[in-house]
Amino acid sequence: MRTEAAWQFESRPAADNGLEIVLRGRWCIAQQPPVAAAIGRIDDTVRRVGFDASGLIDWDSGLLTFAAGIGKLCKERGIAFDTNGLPAGAQKLLAMALAVPEQDVTRPAGRTDLLGQVGEATIDFVRGIPPMVNFLGEVTQSLLRLLSGRARFRRSDLWLEIEQVGPRALPIVSVISFLVGLILAYLGADQLRLVGAQVFIADLVAIGMVREVGALMTGIIIAGRTGAAFAAQLGTMQVNEEIDAFKTLGIQAIDFLVLPRMLALMLMVPLLTLYSGFIGMLAGLVVSVGIFDIGVFEYYTETLRALTATHFMVGLSKGTVYGAMIAYAGCLRGMQCGRSAEAVGRAATSAVVTAILLITIAASIMTIVYYQLDI
Amino acid sequence: MSNAPHIEVRNLTLGYGDFVVQRGLDFAVNQGDIFVVMGGNGCGKTTLMRSLVGLQAPLAGTVLYGGEDFWAAPDQEQRRLKRRLGILFQGGALWSSLTLAENVALPIAETTGLPPGQVGEIVAFKLALVGLAGFEDFYPSELSGGMKKRAGLARAMALDPDILVVDEPSSGLDPLTARRLDELIVELRDSLGTTVVVVTHDLASILAIGDNSVYLDADTHTMIATGHPREALNNGDAKVRHFLTRGES
Repeated sequence: MRTEAAWQFESRPAADNGLEIVLRGRWCIAQQPPVAAAIGRIDDTVRRVGFDASGLIDWDSGLLTFAAGIGKLCKERGIAFDTNGLPAGAQKLLAMALAVPEQDVTRPAGRTDLLGQVGEATIDFVRGIPPMVNFLGEVTQSLLRLLSGRARFRRSDLWLEIEQVGPRALPIVSVISFLVGLILAYLGADQLRLVGAQVFIADLVAIGMVREVGALMTGIIIAGRTGAAFAAQLGTMQVNEEIDAFKTLGIQAIDFLVLPRMLALMLMVPLLTLYSGFIGMLAGLVVSVGIFDIGVFEYYTETLRALTATHFMVGLSKGTVYGAMIAYAGCLRGMQCGRSAEAVGRAATSAVVTAILLITIAASIMTIVYYQLDI
Repeated sequence: MSNAPHIEVRNLTLGYGDFVVQRGLDFAVNQGDIFVVMGGNGCGKTTLMRSLVGLQAPLAGTVLYGGEDFWAAPDQEQRRLKRRLGILFQGGALWSSLTLAENVALPIAETTGLPPGQVGEIVAFKLALVGLAGFEDFYPSELSGGMKKRAGLARAMALDPDILVVDEPSSGLDPLTARRLDELIVELRDSLGTTVVVVTHDLASILAIGDNSVYLDADTHTMIATGHPREALNNGDAKVRHFLTRGES
């Protein structure tokens, strides 16, 4: 089959300043010549371009692409383009392709220099702030509606979210809290050994885990696990116009979608924080007893002595705030999502980044404030 | 060239797990035919399409391309057969992170290895053919539903496939655009000899372009062979006539 020569063409002058392109051989897709190969032959004197396809053996889109390219060029230069010499089927398809003129839909040029990019990024960042504040306001209004009993959402959604956020996060929170407790204990043991006060590992681990680290670790885990999921869920709903459907029905999408997620996190993250604290202390106990020869009972009493209700309250308050921030960031980015698969990915990434940033800022502020207030 | 029909479906049963959508499907599609798969909502049209193009294995039965059993073929053979197919999905299924030109160019560049300039020429022609010349640099999210569908068709026929499988070509299109798409499909068949399998419930389209057809019945979960749609309309099975006349006879 392939013994026949592939494409061949030559041009010859025709009557009335015309140019005839003679086609031979097989013109199949992926084997056709570039249009540029023919353009060189069409000089300024040519007023008409035609074809002679009598030597053509086989053709498909390869020929059509070639001919369409020449056709476009002829149109630009105001040269008559005659397809009568081509096979009948090719004429019809070419007519269809050239029937709709090329739309003049110019798009803004993409590239800018480095300075311009920095400027654009800065403007984007600043422009991003008002929507964030706006969303914060909407969420606050929604919470107020909840308090006054006017917020409408499905209770089953809330339970579903609570299950997703809470119990299902236990394994990962356990593993990370245990390992962090272990690190804290080692870190403390090394320093406290210098003053011969290794039993205070218990104080360090207990207060550290309950007040700070438990909440921080839980916050970061949940931001990655649940914050991203919220953004992806709401983002996909945005892509499917589901959120628009809520709006057209006059249902507050915020109440229906954001509120259950916000509540679930505000309830579950403090509980997970508490749990994380206990697991961390357990790890401290294992290290102290197993490696540093501190008695189980000694560790236990020292822990009890160190922990007060205030430490628990501090930990719980931080957990609640972090939970709210994760839900806020996840839902914000989900609701802001564009209408493509890529946008959903960006929303999920952005949700995690925003949540971790907010958590870190809140952690610093709360730690300083509690210290100043002597709590 | 073998004498076996271009596409042959033998005793095909489609479904999900225990749930049978269609059973006992038997039909053949001849080369160069526009073959219409019709039926009401939920009758399994799209499921049939998915098992024709290799996306969903049938529960039983065979799909033969030129006499070769698709689902029994080894992976490599399946890939070779798939390359002969061009598929237009219901919603276009354009890759959202690529521009229109990149969407159409990807299959061409992957299989031919042509230099980018020439791939660009083919892309420009294919987009012009569906009336989207000039929209090369647009992303799918910036297009209307009808434009996405047309761009999807440009991608489906990027490599001049032997067989074009089209799922609901006219849904979401205005009558004129739908008609233009029909004309394009007919023209592709006439000029390039492409075999077309159209899954649709658009009556105008069925009657205008179909050469042969089957009707998938949602109640009995089986097919009614109908032949040429006009024939079916005039003196076919009562159920099919009911469907083709929108319940008026």
